[in-house]
Amino acid sequence: MANNDSTSNTIRVALALCVVCSVIVSTAAVLLRPAQQVNKDLDRKTNILAAAGMLEKGDDVLAKFATIKTKAVDLTTGKFTDSLDLGTYNQRKAAKDPALSIDLGDDDIAKIGRLPKYMIVYVVEGVSGLEKIILPIKGYGLWSTLYGFVALESDLNTVAGLGFYEHAETPGLGGEVDNPTWKAQWIGKKSYDSNRKQALTVIKGKVDSSRPQSVHEIDGLSGATITSKGVDNLIKFWMGENGFAPFLTNLRSGEA
Amino acid sequence: MSNKMKEILLRPVFNENPIALQILGICSALAVTSSLKVTSVMCICLTVVAAVSSMLVSLIRNQIPGSIRIIVQMTIIASVVILVDQILKAVAYDISKQLSVFVGLIITNCIVMGRAEGFAMKNPPVDSFLDGIGNGLGYSVILLALAFVRELFGSGTLYGFEVLPIATNGGWYVPNGMLLLPPSAFFLIGLFIWGLRAWKKSQVEAPDFKIAANTPKGETA
Repeated sequence: MANNDSTSNTIRVALALCVVCSVIVSTAAVLLRPAQQVNKDLDRKTNILAAAGMLEKGDDVLAKFATIKTKAVDLTTGKFTDSLDLGTYNQRKAAKDPALSIDLGDDDIAKIGRLPKYMIVYVVEGVSGLEKIILPIKGYGLWSTLYGFVALESDLNTVAGLGFYEHAETPGLGGEVDNPTWKAQWIGKKSYDSNRKQALTVIKGKVDSSRPQSVHEIDGLSGATITSKGVDNLIKFWMGENGFAPFLTNLRSGEA
Repeated sequence: MSNKMKEILLRPVFNENPIALQILGICSALAVTSSLKVTSVMCICLTVVAAVSSMLVSLIRNQIPGSIRIIVQMTIIASVVILVDQILKAVAYDISKQLSVFVGLIITNCIVMGRAEGFAMKNPPVDSFLDGIGNGLGYSVILLALAFVRELFGSGTLYGFEVLPIATNGGWYVPNGMLLLPPSAFFLIGLFIWGLRAWKKSQVEAPDFKIAANTPKGETA
């Protein structure tokens, strides 16, 4: 006990402890990563389906997901592109790669920093052609970047659903973006007004449904002003000119 | 199990409850108690972390230099918490998503730190392990009681099953939304402490000072 406090012993204990702890932690992280990846992937696919309003209780997510077409969109041209290997393309990595992304500068209302040139979208096709399109969205809330999907009906204007699959907002407050009742409000809202301008917005407080513009409005989350503002910004960004608007215009006129 | 061990295990549940008597670990008691399912997982995580980290600290207590003991305890606690967090992400992904940052915040939970420094540094590993479990149970009792009240009256459900039919779904119960907000846990903890101290009078603290009357004694207005 006596020489416990000597400098050499202090350094020895500190070093040994750090090595042991880091080995344990990193081993666990590496060993558990496959299981975590499977969970994350399943969760992502569940969210894509849920956002599109296609998921019923007891559905086999993987089987159902197999019926959806995964496609890449070139945001700079607003058209589908085939030049991308969907199996290896990583949207999040691409957002950090200067060769694959665009610095948004002052246009960055959703605070995402860099915009990937290519975005993966999911197309649901029925017998009569396009039924729904599911677009990835992301943006900064209060504590974290919210990652999610918004699904549009075949008119490419009516929202078919919206959901977030990753965020770290305060549970019970900002975390209410996962609340089914709140998410249900998005269904049937119109993303663009009659002049094809982006109009969908999250307002502060409750939507007054008697007002004509209420078709573009979503209730803010009470107690979560900054998260609500974040969702508002990200929907404005992704539905706007820097986001998917040019692509949706092309798709509508059949030029995508 | 000897009487001493039973005493170590059960004392923190009511007699020396970490939340009610020592008023520690309040932050997570406010944050995660709006649903029973999430609360249960949080309680299990905290109990495991408190027990395992106390045991590990106790195992090497004779080697820990006094000057860096807090950092050593923190390192051990942080490693255990990361382990728990990683396992949760691998086996219970949905719940780990709901708990989000709060599992990570167990690192700074005063109960875990307090037991490591206050008990595990002076006692053998088995006792420290039981002390960790006991304090975890003490924490769990209060959290589960809070979550029971908050979920039942805040959303009309228990463990996600509808108990009180909610008005918006065609029932008769109008949920008290305030119970889902963190401040309601403050009121409930207050009531719980009041109840506990009415039952066990020895927990009532002696007043730090007396409030003096406006007119000093002996003087007449």
